[in-house]
Amino acid sequence: MYKYSEFDDAFLAQRNAQFRAQVERRIAGNLTEDEFKPLRLMNGLYLQLHAYMLRVAIPYGTLNSVQMRQLALLAQKWDKGYGHFTTRQNIQYNWPKLRDVPDMLDSLAEVGMHAIQTSGNTIRNVTADHFAGAAADEYLDPRPYAELVRQWSTDHPEYQFLGRKFKVAVSGSTHDRAVIRAHDIGLQVVEKDGRTGFTVLVGGGLGRTPMIGKVIREFLPEHDLLPYLEAVLSVYNTFGRRDNKYKARIKILVHETGIDEIRARVEERFVETRAEFSDAAMDVLAEIREHFAAPAFSRRSLAPFESAYTNDPVFRSWVDTNIAEHKADGHAIVTISLKAPGATPGDATAAQMRLMADLAEAYSHDELRISHEQNVILPHVHKADLPAIHAALKDGGLATANIGLISDIIACPGMDYCALATARSIPIAQEIATRFDELKLEHDIGELKIKISGCINACGHHHVAHIGILGLDRAGVENYQITLGGEADENAAIGTRTGPGFSADEIVPAIERIVDAYLTLRKGPAETFLQTYKRLGMDPFKAALYEEAKADAA
Amino acid sequence: MSRVSRPFTPKVVTANDLLEGDVIYLTEDDTWTRRLASAEVIEDEAHAQLRLLHAERQPAVAVGPYLADVSMGPNGPEPTHFREDFRRTGPSNYHHGKQEVSTHV
Repeated sequence: MYKYSEFDDAFLAQRNAQFRAQVERRIAGNLTEDEFKPLRLMNGLYLQLHAYMLRVAIPYGTLNSVQMRQLALLAQKWDKGYGHFTTRQNIQYNWPKLRDVPDMLDSLAEVGMHAIQTSGNTIRNVTADHFAGAAADEYLDPRPYAELVRQWSTDHPEYQFLGRKFKVAVSGSTHDRAVIRAHDIGLQVVEKDGRTGFTVLVGGGLGRTPMIGKVIREFLPEHDLLPYLEAVLSVYNTFGRRDNKYKARIKILVHETGIDEIRARVEERFVETRAEFSDAAMDVLAEIREHFAAPAFSRRSLAPFESAYTNDPVFRSWVDTNIAEHKADGHAIVTISLKAPGATPGDATAAQMRLMADLAEAYSHDELRISHEQNVILPHVHKADLPAIHAALKDGGLATANIGLISDIIACPGMDYCALATARSIPIAQEIATRFDELKLEHDIGELKIKISGCINACGHHHVAHIGILGLDRAGVENYQITLGGEADENAAIGTRTGPGFSADEIVPAIERIVDAYLTLRKGPAETFLQTYKRLGMDPFKAALYEEAKADAA
Repeated sequence: MSRVSRPFTPKVVTANDLLEGDVIYLTEDDTWTRRLASAEVIEDEAHAQLRLLHAERQPAVAVGPYLADVSMGPNGPEPTHFREDFRRTGPSNYHHGKQEVSTHV
């Protein structure tokens, strides 16, 4: 894992001291709210519906046990005993008090963490495949690049006031778990003729105008990464629209200008940036890489695992859903579900955070990951340790076996917390998960990704869900629109709206009708919801959704 | 373009508290309350603008003051929109926020 240098520590200490002084000046009346707001947002502090909210960056979703315990400490000491993991691999605290925030930031700095650039029109926290460095299907660990981009973009003087926010995601596997096609820039690490580099995508994004990223560079050699990003950012900064907030993301620039023209402008600028960049960045990358060296994987007997797998059906079910294939023999990637039926997606209590930290320290080479799907990952676990891990998770209420299933729902905070929201998301997620838990159909239904956003900004990624739900305010009443057929991976696609939306009372039965239709229409249990949808299209689902509703009402 | 003048609907002045961040309402006697039921109900457009100005001149207390619609119930003002209902209550997934300290009427 990356460890802060003296330079990083000094920078952070200075920044935190500045913010402490800014808070004091605001309280003393020497700064107006208009002056203070951009300053607090630069440090991740929002004012939401019921309270302030502090968004802490977890760079590329990687953290160690000490950091996780510190996150637990913040939750306990300055919040209400829990934190909320977000779709951008960050953590949010929903209840801090203004006077406490400088202390919270100092506590974070003790473990090399901060909340810088988790808001504002800047380059945000760089996200990555949550299985990075562990996945069996991975070509190369993308996190050294993510860290390089983080260092380059943090406090970059030119990009503190972009036209709009800017998100970069990196993947080292061809199977995309990081939704790189829905980011302003998506980087896919690839190999070409024995050289390592990137396929660069640009102009993806969700929100009110969802777009799938387009390839701007088929192959970018590794050493050109920063000058090329500099070129893209500088073209965006120069030509991106600033007249309309809703048209200010790079996706609109790419869409309105055309990818070929944007590519030409970037290449033109790239000639200049490449000449300006020294090779020092490559030395930095080499140094960063040492921090991400793969741990020494042990070779042990799998007997304890095999015996538990054979004899304990609850353990077996958990292994079958929550374990992914690791690149090292005898090892596994554990996804800890933060989606127990009825729980708030992405929430973990301080005690649960500590338990996960302990497990990471004991069994996962001290590493944890946060996924954009709002779960926590132990990336490097020997299978022989899985029974002990499962037992500990069960005790902590964290052994839900539902990864990738219908109750593993992404949900933004929605109108329960967010000032931008137009409707609630969390209760809808809770009700769907509870309903399908009652029906005991979840494992029979199989892979099905439901994602819920409480407004058009789409933090809940509803556009790229197999079943997407968007909460809106229709004449003063919460109303939920459904989309079908979205995909978040390498086949990324924007879902299609089914038709008119449903009220809060109607939305769970509506989802049930879609799922019932799928179970009736599928060729067999092996055909997933998405495959059935692709084979048959919208019509039969629409019929189930609306004609049955009419029949019920009649 | 013709302007249709709509009848003024009752309002309260609401904001977030600078230090706590929680929802506050302006009262008739120029203090701030945490309870919507104790807020001053404003029935007149001109008076509403004056009260909003009054709130805006208190940046040490109130962040982002605005006028929110209410209707009169048996126990005082009630929100007319669900967003204001959440603001006066708290989130629906935990018993946190205002509902934690007192059950409002």
